[in-house]
Amino acid sequence: MSVAEPATPGAVDASAAILVEKLNLWYGDFQALLDVDLRVRAGAITSLIGPSGCGKTTLLRSVNRINERLGYVRTTGSIRLWGLDVLDPSVEIAQLRKQVGMVFQRPNPLPLSVRDNVLFGTRVHLPDGRPPNRVEGDRIVEEALRQVLLWDELKDSLDRRGTELSLEQQQKLCIARLLPVKPRLLLMDEPCSALDPAGTEAVEELIWKLRGDYTILIVTHNMAQARRASEECVFMLLGEIIEHSDTASMFLNPANSQTAAYIEGRYG
Amino acid sequence: MFEATAQNRRNLKVEGLFRLLFLWMTCMLILPVALILGVLIVRGGPAISWEFLFTQPLNNMTAGGILPALVGTVWLVVVALIASVPVGVAAALYLSEYAPDNRLTRAINLAIINLAGVPSIVHALFGLGAFVIFFRFGTSILAASLTLAVMTLPVVIVATRESLQTVPLAFREACWNMGATRWQTIRKIVLPNSISGILTGVILEVSRTSGETAPIMFTGAAFFLPFLPQGVLDQTMAMSLHLFVISTQVPDVPEHMPFGVALVLISMVLAMNGISIAFRVYLRGRKKW
Ligand SMILES: Nc1ncnc2c1ncn2[C@@H]1O[C@H](COP(=O)(O)OP(=O)(O)OP(=O)(O)O)[C@@H](O)[C@H]1O
Ligand SMILES: [Mg+2]
Repeated sequence: MSVAEPATPGAVDASAAILVEKLNLWYGDFQALLDVDLRVRAGAITSLIGPSGCGKTTLLRSVNRINERLGYVRTTGSIRLWGLDVLDPSVEIAQLRKQVGMVFQRPNPLPLSVRDNVLFGTRVHLPDGRPPNRVEGDRIVEEALRQVLLWDELKDSLDRRGTELSLEQQQKLCIARLLPVKPRLLLMDEPCSALDPAGTEAVEELIWKLRGDYTILIVTHNMAQARRASEECVFMLLGEIIEHSDTASMFLNPANSQTAAYIEGRYG
Repeated sequence: MFEATAQNRRNLKVEGLFRLLFLWMTCMLILPVALILGVLIVRGGPAISWEFLFTQPLNNMTAGGILPALVGTVWLVVVALIASVPVGVAAALYLSEYAPDNRLTRAINLAIINLAGVPSIVHALFGLGAFVIFFRFGTSILAASLTLAVMTLPVVIVATRESLQTVPLAFREACWNMGATRWQTIRKIVLPNSISGILTGVILEVSRTSGETAPIMFTGAAFFLPFLPQGVLDQTMAMSLHLFVISTQVPDVPEHMPFGVALVLISMVLAMNGISIAFRVYLRGRKKW
């Protein structure tokens, strides 16, 4: 079974990109997620907010199964992407990660040229059964860099090392790097927190632009950012989801008093 | 407001005292090295000549050159490198990139540390039993080099692992999160960024074995064999053993000869160290992240 296959029509709710049910996760003896139920609408930007340590990163990392690398993590429940269970033992991790791109808090371009950074995914996954040739490579690089609004800045310096760029450019490059293998879901863990205000604004603008083509789940500590840059908003507290609604109504009149307290900055 | 108090002056005095003490200790450290090199150059220098380096020993090794020993040492080191580098690098890759952190891995790490502590004479006996007798290589360059290789494996593994560890974990995670396998990560990111360190470290470690005497004495090095080795199954002379022999076993060797041999041996090691350090500095200057 591959996650890429379209779900059987009718069998599942096609508008849900991610459907998490009764997800519990333990780091050793410590339970970090408690009975999490979450439905993320396909093609929308959903932001995940909550105080430090409430399990946002943990939830995000469960979706592409990177938590498993730590031997002491135990998970129960189900996570479905487009109707397919990603915790199923038959899921090929490489295919899953191809469909689910991840952006980190600290930009982490590879110590390769800008061009090779963008082409890395195609060299790992060989979408055409072979690495792209020079012409295809040029096309892929241009397309990806255009999508992340970096092409004009970098078109003459594709041989520069990705690690030498400014932080804002690095973060955009990290997003561009995901696109050539055509992921359907992008997970972003505080993608702007290492950037200055101008960089933050630029990356937010980019994320907003990617809306619709990709389903985006973004963790943020910045209330203004959640408000500006997302359509739905999920509030977590101590490993549980407290409230999930569309962003505008959550910020206008939150249903839950804890949500209200958090949004107003009373804790976290 | 800004003048020194009595306390300041006391501090300064103590400061100066410790500074002097540490400086003195550092000089004590350099002294023996400088002395050894100085003595070797003064007393062995006159022995060095083209003839000394490139001719056979004569008159029961009391005259002539050291060519067979020189060539033999190069053979031993090169064959040892060929044997130990692939094994050591592969083991280090496994331990640092694949192995889960469990009891078995920790036991293996402990074994490696202990292996590094085994005295060379014990390695010599192991080599004699294993390579010379059991595998029937006879006393040969092959048996001696394999013994040296076993002896240097732990340091090769440690040097390789240190180089691998200089590649930040964030790069590996970036690769894994794009769906790359461990091997794709190693081949595309980890090795290209650590291979220079691995090679220089490994050459440095293995070249040190050129001075080893005990492990090759029973396994492949001959006292006196005035021919150049033709293949790995031949016996050979070696610099370290030759030095031992002409210093202690042969009467009437002119005094400058053993010093000359020692000077050549130490120059070989220093040259290899120098090359690998230069290599490392050059490559380190180039890589940035
Ligand atoms: N690798 C780990 N091993 C053990 N416990 C962990 C691990 N990672 C996270 N935790 C714990 O799980 C809980 C949730 O952590 P998580 O990183 O998901 O929080 P977060 O909401 O992302 O916080 P932050 O806003 O600070 O990034 C925390 O209490 C944390 O201490
Ligand atoms: Mg986090």
